[in-house]
Amino acid sequence: MDKNINIKLRIWRQKGPKEKGAFETYELNNVYQGSSFLEMLDMLNDKLIGEGKEPVAYDHDCREGICGMCSLYVNGHPHGPDEEITTCQLYMRKFNDGDTITVEPWRSSGFPVIKDLMVDRSAFDKIIQAGGYISVNTGGSPDANTIPVNKDKAEAAMDAAACIGCGACVAACKNGSAMLFVAAKVSHLALLPQGRTEAARRAKAMVAKMDELGFGNCTNTGACEVECPKNISITNIARLNREFLKAKFQD
Amino acid sequence: MTQINSKIPEGSLAEKWTNYKDHQKLVNPANKRHLDIIVVGTGLAGASAAASLGELGFNVLNFCIQDSPRRAHSIAAQGGINAAKNYQNDGDSVYRLFYDTIKGGDYRAREANVYRLAEISNDIIDLCVAQGVPFAREYGGLLDNRSFGGAQVSRTFYARGQTGQQLLVGAYSALSRAIHKGQVKLYTRREMIDLIVIDGRARGIIVRNLVTGKIERYAAHAVVIATGGYGNAYFLSTNAMSCNGSAAWQCYKKGAYFANPCMTQIHPTCIPVQGEFQSKLTLMSESLRNDGRIWVPKKKEDAEAIRAGKLKPTDIKEEDRDYYLERRYPAYGNLVPRDVASRAAKERCDAGYGVGPTGYAVYLDFSDAIKRLGKSVIEEKYGNLFQMYKKIMNEDPYETPMMIYPAIHYTMGGIWVDYELMTSIPGLFAIGEANFSDHGANRLGASALMQGLADGYFILPYTMQNYLADQIQVPRFDTDRPEFEEAEKNIEERIAKLMRINGKHSVDYFHKKLGHIMWEYVGMSRNAEGLKFARKEIKALQKEFWKDVRIPGSEETVNPELEKALRLADFFEIGELIALDALNREESCGGHFREEYQTPDGEALRNDEEFSFVSCWEYQGEDKEPILHKEPLNYQFVVPQQRNYKS
Repeated sequence: MDKNINIKLRIWRQKGPKEKGAFETYELNNVYQGSSFLEMLDMLNDKLIGEGKEPVAYDHDCREGICGMCSLYVNGHPHGPDEEITTCQLYMRKFNDGDTITVEPWRSSGFPVIKDLMVDRSAFDKIIQAGGYISVNTGGSPDANTIPVNKDKAEAAMDAAACIGCGACVAACKNGSAMLFVAAKVSHLALLPQGRTEAARRAKAMVAKMDELGFGNCTNTGACEVECPKNISITNIARLNREFLKAKFQD
Repeated sequence: MTQINSKIPEGSLAEKWTNYKDHQKLVNPANKRHLDIIVVGTGLAGASAAASLGELGFNVLNFCIQDSPRRAHSIAAQGGINAAKNYQNDGDSVYRLFYDTIKGGDYRAREANVYRLAEISNDIIDLCVAQGVPFAREYGGLLDNRSFGGAQVSRTFYARGQTGQQLLVGAYSALSRAIHKGQVKLYTRREMIDLIVIDGRARGIIVRNLVTGKIERYAAHAVVIATGGYGNAYFLSTNAMSCNGSAAWQCYKKGAYFANPCMTQIHPTCIPVQGEFQSKLTLMSESLRNDGRIWVPKKKEDAEAIRAGKLKPTDIKEEDRDYYLERRYPAYGNLVPRDVASRAAKERCDAGYGVGPTGYAVYLDFSDAIKRLGKSVIEEKYGNLFQMYKKIMNEDPYETPMMIYPAIHYTMGGIWVDYELMTSIPGLFAIGEANFSDHGANRLGASALMQGLADGYFILPYTMQNYLADQIQVPRFDTDRPEFEEAEKNIEERIAKLMRINGKHSVDYFHKKLGHIMWEYVGMSRNAEGLKFARKEIKALQKEFWKDVRIPGSEETVNPELEKALRLADFFEIGELIALDALNREESCGGHFREEYQTPDGEALRNDEEFSFVSCWEYQGEDKEPILHKEPLNYQFVVPQQRNYKS
């Protein structure tokens, strides 16, 4: 049964990108375990506002695990100590009375802090802009059933396309690598016949942009896969490597 | 009274859109480069419009409030997208899709717009497949379909329970490609806070940069609003936290008519409210009603015992359960439309038969389906939804029934647009949920995605040219003009005024109170007395807000409290207009149910004689009643009928 608990929070506070940040500790009582983690933060912010203090800034939006906006590093895990969830799907019943909970922003040179727990993930958009698409214009597409797609491949493409672009993979990686994110997009499109035509060009362009933006290398630790809220598999990274090598050989 | 001109083309239903396209004005490629278009919003409508207009050669500026265009709330749509492909050979056609949508909307939408939507639906599927949207497929490699409410055919294309996400990722890819090619310039973490009108035409916007707090000015030859609906006026809804009605509201205040604000959709199957810090409500897909049976206890004492935690739902014997939808609507049972199912749940709970700790929940029970089909079949169909439910409620829906309750989900009303999707301000267009156009008084499932993409990919790129063709001689506007200066000054004053209040309560404190008023008196069922009361209460709360809200921090940096305060300031006014429109519409239709107007057995009673029109509200200034213009809905092709789900 869910009950009310008292907790301590160690939260990273940082005024701006150039300012020095530090942990601050807050006590919060009577937190209902049926509340989500973000509702608990709302409660804290309400309290801070009441005390005339500045509330904690953090990114969040849909609060149902699909927009990819929320991005908290809770007790050493991107999105916190539960499986297959985003931060907004983490519930306070995962914590006990008297717990101290540490909350940090994503930490990676690819994602600079904007304020407190908010980071700048525009690098992900830049990687997609470099080639994460099929080059078709609106209009003039053939009938949707013209090209049959193998069901297993379509399912595998969907598995990869489930990526929400939250950045947990980068935050989980000791090298700050964006390989799982890039691999998910490359796989999604390379698995479909519609995306094959420019598969080589796409893989090269996206990897080049990822390197340029300062993301680290992949050393196959698999931490990204463990923390991914959408269960994106690292077999996608193997597929990306194959696509990339094939493309290089074609040069 | 002003005559409302909806600019419907001549001809039979099937000829109208073709006629329009054959005769509209076009802009030649060399001139397109010199024309700037602002698109506000990057959801299905905004992203598809920005990408398509950019591809055509216009110079597009695209804005969103999130950190990336891919996060717009279209992403949360679960079920699917309708199209009249007839791939299942089950008798579907453009006309049937049109007819189902008009009927589902309880005969309060425009025939010509809806027919065009149905015509375009097939092109959308073709394009999305070409973009790499991984729709569900059969083993033969062709596309699969499923059924949705309000239709007798299988015309819904889907990508698991994440169709909105996959379609948005498709539009986002197209947008990203246009950005890469320099056709679109993207501005993220920016919120539109005013519309600039010069000599009667929309010519730009003012935005607040949500990172630096700076007010920025952007000029263009035309402006497109694609900022979604205003459901968050109710505080608790299935909308994302940042969804708001402010961009639309600024357009209204600059002269754009606001149409049918009272037409709001309440979705019957959402996870119920749990505590006072509840921040949003999570939807459980409509598809669950295919196999789930909805019930409450027959005996009040059982309901009371359940609420007190003394009985479990599984303790209630079969004969002591009231499957009230099956009882009241034998023909459709648990698959009645959203508005009907929602009202029936409220009726039972208000009568004291509700379950859950608050008494505001009903059961959605899968035990029969599990017995009949086996757990594995149910798991395959709904596994992700069951997992979501378990994470939130800490109960296993395979073992015990789900608890659900209706919640605000979508707004059919919005900025008034003509057939060209242009508002009553020349040069200002509105698309997607932000406009009022195609869903009448009730939207059918899997139609929102269809409309957003139809507007953005296939309608606006044509109709905008008809306007812009006359604008090729107009040079780019300087943002130093007095119209920009004045707007920026007003905004700075408004922000300074909010920051100065330094009262006792947080923004959410007021928003929750507004939500309570809206839900109680302007929600699922409404009456004249309650609506009048709500208008007074909203006014009083608004006054209190402007006296007693507290916004900590500075306006010159990231300040989520200030963002929320600016949105809430508009929600008070939107809420009041919803109530006014609901008061004015003395009939029941679709999502708008007036208790005074019902059939003897409690169903919605439409009044086509007097209310077969679109309410178009025109702003008159602060504290003045807006003026109502009526756009008559002359049904020429379909005969409006009373909806019947009983037999």
